[in-house]
Amino acid sequence: MSWVGSSVPRVEDPALLSGRGKFIDDFHLPDMLHAAVVRSPYAHAKVGKIDCAEALAMPGVHAVLTQDDLPQPFRDQRLLLLVPNPAIRHPITYFALAKDEVCFAGEAVAFVVADDRYIAEDAAERVIVDYEPLPVSADCKAALEPGAATAHADRDDNIAADFPMTYGDVEDAFAGAAHVVKESFFTHRGGGHAMECRGVVAADDPVTDSMTLWSNTQAPHMLRNVYARMMGVSETQIRVIAPPDVGGGFGPKGMYYQEQFCAAAAARQLGRPVKWTEDRRENFIATYQERDQYWDMEVAVDGDGKLRGIRGRLIHDSGAYLPWGIITPFISSTTIPGPYVLPAYHINLVAVFTNKVATTPVRGAGRPQAAFVMERLMDRVAQELGIDPAEVRRRNFIQPEQMPYPVGLVFRDGSPVVYDSGDYPVCQAKSLALANYESFRERQAAARKDGRYIGIGLGSYVEGTGLGPFEGVNVKVEMSGKVAVQTGAAPQGQGHQTMLAQIVADRLSVKPEDVSVTPGDTAGVGIGIGTFASRITANAGPSAQMAANTVREKLVKAAAHLLEAAEEDLDLADGKVFVKGVPDHGKSFAEIATFTNGMPGFALPGGVIPGLEETSYFTPERSTYANGAHVAEVEVDIETGDVKILRYTTAHDCGSMINPKMVEGQVMGGIAHGVGNALYEWMHYDEDAQPQTVNFGEYLVPMATDVPRAQQVHMETPTPLNPLGVKGAGEGGTIPALAAIAGAIEDALAPFGVRVTQCPVTPPYLLSLLDAARKEAKS
Amino acid sequence: MGERREIQLTVNGEAVSREVEVRWTLVDFLRHELMLTGTHVGCEHGVCGACTVLLDGRSARSCLTLAVQADGCDVTTIEGLSPKEGLSPLQQAFADHHGLQCGYCTPGVLCTLTEFLETNADPSEEEIRIALSGNLCRCTGYQGMVDAALAYVAARKSQLA
Amino acid sequence: MKPAPFSYHRPESVDDALAMLANLEDAKILAGGQSLMAMMNFRYLAPEHIIDINRIPELTEIREEGDGIRFGAMVRQRDALDSPMVQARCPLLIEALENVGHIQTRNRGTVGGSLSHLDPSAEMPAVFSALDATLHVGSARGTRDIPIADWSLGYMMPNLEPDELLVGITAPCWPKDHGYAFLEMARRHGDFAMAGAGALMTLNSDGTIARVAVALTGVDTGPVRLHDAEIALIGQLPSEAVFAAAAKSAETVAGIDDVHASAAYRQRLAVVYARRALIKAHDRTLQGRA
Repeated sequence: MSWVGSSVPRVEDPALLSGRGKFIDDFHLPDMLHAAVVRSPYAHAKVGKIDCAEALAMPGVHAVLTQDDLPQPFRDQRLLLLVPNPAIRHPITYFALAKDEVCFAGEAVAFVVADDRYIAEDAAERVIVDYEPLPVSADCKAALEPGAATAHADRDDNIAADFPMTYGDVEDAFAGAAHVVKESFFTHRGGGHAMECRGVVAADDPVTDSMTLWSNTQAPHMLRNVYARMMGVSETQIRVIAPPDVGGGFGPKGMYYQEQFCAAAAARQLGRPVKWTEDRRENFIATYQERDQYWDMEVAVDGDGKLRGIRGRLIHDSGAYLPWGIITPFISSTTIPGPYVLPAYHINLVAVFTNKVATTPVRGAGRPQAAFVMERLMDRVAQELGIDPAEVRRRNFIQPEQMPYPVGLVFRDGSPVVYDSGDYPVCQAKSLALANYESFRERQAAARKDGRYIGIGLGSYVEGTGLGPFEGVNVKVEMSGKVAVQTGAAPQGQGHQTMLAQIVADRLSVKPEDVSVTPGDTAGVGIGIGTFASRITANAGPSAQMAANTVREKLVKAAAHLLEAAEEDLDLADGKVFVKGVPDHGKSFAEIATFTNGMPGFALPGGVIPGLEETSYFTPERSTYANGAHVAEVEVDIETGDVKILRYTTAHDCGSMINPKMVEGQVMGGIAHGVGNALYEWMHYDEDAQPQTVNFGEYLVPMATDVPRAQQVHMETPTPLNPLGVKGAGEGGTIPALAAIAGAIEDALAPFGVRVTQCPVTPPYLLSLLDAARKEAKS
Repeated sequence: MGERREIQLTVNGEAVSREVEVRWTLVDFLRHELMLTGTHVGCEHGVCGACTVLLDGRSARSCLTLAVQADGCDVTTIEGLSPKEGLSPLQQAFADHHGLQCGYCTPGVLCTLTEFLETNADPSEEEIRIALSGNLCRCTGYQGMVDAALAYVAARKSQLA
Repeated sequence: MKPAPFSYHRPESVDDALAMLANLEDAKILAGGQSLMAMMNFRYLAPEHIIDINRIPELTEIREEGDGIRFGAMVRQRDALDSPMVQARCPLLIEALENVGHIQTRNRGTVGGSLSHLDPSAEMPAVFSALDATLHVGSARGTRDIPIADWSLGYMMPNLEPDELLVGITAPCWPKDHGYAFLEMARRHGDFAMAGAGALMTLNSDGTIARVAVALTGVDTGPVRLHDAEIALIGQLPSEAVFAAAAKSAETVAGIDDVHASAAYRQRLAVVYARRALIKAHDRTLQGRA
């Protein structure tokens, strides 16, 4: 039987369920010190003198690091820009600690190290920093106005990047259009808000002149490479390990941060391990977010609702720095065409600096905003032409026989965007059937008779997943006979260990629980990329399969030698290689591993390869595109603007599924995040760019009472781009949720002619729309 | 060093006597003094529920309780709810229904449900969701944990019948 | 997010607590801790002294007193919810408490703590306002009884001197057949209300309104009674139109602003929730009769 494709119990669960998980803050190293960070209270200011004397004099305080105290090159160089792009005009990133200027409220200015966190916080309060406040860039649209305050004092404007993206003849598309519909949108996303905040433990070993950083990063190799390149040390002198358990990532843990470098510097300076654990307030102000986008869009259609072209402008809030370049707005703009045949497209994209924390991808990575905009436009077309919204979409879907489908766009790696597989019309049909879409208008009419306003909304999307270049996996049969798997990218709850164990177990004919998977250690696999962009199953999965296949060949080859049998006469089961039909005539994995490990001074017999180990790097040719269709049904209280989600259904296609239950969990979790983005989550800043929602009472993460039960139906259209046929599943739940919920709200309020153009849809916002619609109806 | 005090309490059935700094929160005491790291810190302002433990049998935020306040009390953490071998029926239901992903909120969720299910024989889905509303989870969308609780209740009922 | 250093005191009687309050500079009372500890973890507050009143048995009683119920200030919200006496005689409090936080916070949070913290969006002050409760305050200098109407002096400012402690609350109970309702709009279950209303009602035998009370939370800095609406309603034959007209008076209540709701939005919600609470309370008077 095959483990791949079945919902085997997760190997991660027993420890996590019984409090035996091992998260970063659970690390207690001997002699360890604890850090707290002094952060800028100003969104923009010159930094003058930093007086640490009082803090340093406190009992239990070991060090207060400022910019001047950091080792080179951190005093002179900003942290590396990870994904450069020629369109970036001003590739500015963080310093490890602020140097001369702070550009958002929350930027790290000093790093205090003490016996415990309590004392560290006491001392942090006593670090006196001279700030000279500067004018503030608080909103990315206002920041483009002539004479607007600049987010960086040495700059004349706030433009981080400005470039068009285009294909087809847009002028022609609009010139010949039967209908043109225009709309402006504002989308806001907020953050990842993993339940576990960030953390790092740094330990320096002067004997080997090497540093170990444990950190709950999504990308240990990225952190190692940045550290090694900046410090000019060998990659062997810096080991980054993600703890065995990481409490959620959702994107923001994918990047490096100031504190990781500070902890390393402090550990080296003090000769003792240093731990820094982010607290929730810091998480709200200093962990990267994904924020505001303004879209001015226009769509041209034929008389039957077929798309002719789309054009417009996207203004994207980059925050103060560009640690990960401009990939988020890039992804936003390439997501617009979605599952539709769109002959022509032109968008001007402006990424703007503001005095807020940097924005980097959060679950969905710019796509939820784009899906919101595109699906709103499709609803507008339906309204304009008086066609059912599902029908308008049907008329425009890319058909399965058009696959592989070149969209016309060029992705950020320079390759053309080509959808590999999927059946978008059937996917939509399945979601509609599950939602009883056909009978909805009757239900809606009945509800309206009772004075209840219910509505239905649709969201279809296509998502590029599994992008390369690779994620390596090492498979090894140890001398004990146990199977050990290592991979570089760290998981944060997705179940990578189970997924990889299933794949390897199949190849080596063992049970998943017999395979121990250790992810997230740079010492485990030489090179690695990281966990983001729904890429691990489609990258590490095939790598695991390749490596396990090779290990299987090595097992058979060595066993053939030991058993004096032909390789083709051998079979594997239960940790043994044996002669087919004669299970007793075999050798255990332990015996074979011991044999292939050899003995000192004894030559291996000819043809036997040393060790039962292989590291493989599967390299996908390009991204594989998952897709899905969501249907939301809501009720709106027209007196209060309150929205209740009555029903939520989704059809989802992420190719072949390794573990269907885990896929369902990913989709459901994604939907919850989407519900948050659609209705609740808003990271407020005031006109001075001071963050206003800095706790879980003010920033509203959805609760069990806010997230609806979602019904899911799965399609499995395998991708031809990897041997497992798998696509990513981690973000698809979030991407169309805003669109579907906003559409449903608009549909519920159709009698008033309300148009929802921003997310999240808060009750006061909705009431203001109702007021405006009523006023218009009167006049 | 801040003011300290000697406290005596029972943690997971065992008598504990320690000197604590009076400003330490209960969760910091459990995690960093007793090394019971199964209880997690999520927000330190009483909203997320990750630090939920049972204080004299009732679920409580251990980030909003001082260690010194637990003097004389009976504290149960996730470690105390876990059998020496294998999983409890509620834990097993969570594994069966994919009620957890990253597992960070899970110990708090299990503490909340332990108290709730002890005092509610046959709760509805809505009642379970309300009971869970004080425990934020960012991974699961809650459905798996709600299903786990419903399955646990159904199994318990059929055993009693 | 760790509290700044403080000295910890744990009195075992009200008199001890009052003596400490009289003698210690910059002291804060630690009741259920569900608000105070969060503020101390954020270091929004860093008092020199913490007086923990969790071990004073006399503060935890719920008992019948005259035609009402007396709550010790340290009655846990959970214990009030579980009390058969409160369930039978003061169902408005029960309905409101179901909206207060979550299981874990109600297990620790106290009735008196909520009243003393006096968050503008808290449910307890509105409930006790509707009930015309009296608050009993003690100090080393003596005791004061304060009508709930005089309790809020401004934003999170209860009528308490620095040396005073809220020791109990007496809430007169309404007749057995009264109708009640507590409704609120919060963004999420258990969040502080953006606006909410509690209503109590009794009817005359001819079906007209004999007695009514409506109190709002989440709109102004403290709880607000809609006295004008109440006067207008007495003697009226109940109808949705009558309740809607009465609830209109909530429009003029001063509103507070925050990132989630403007004053104007809160005022609109107040009108809606006052009306809905009146309708529901009236429905329940009828259920009581049936």
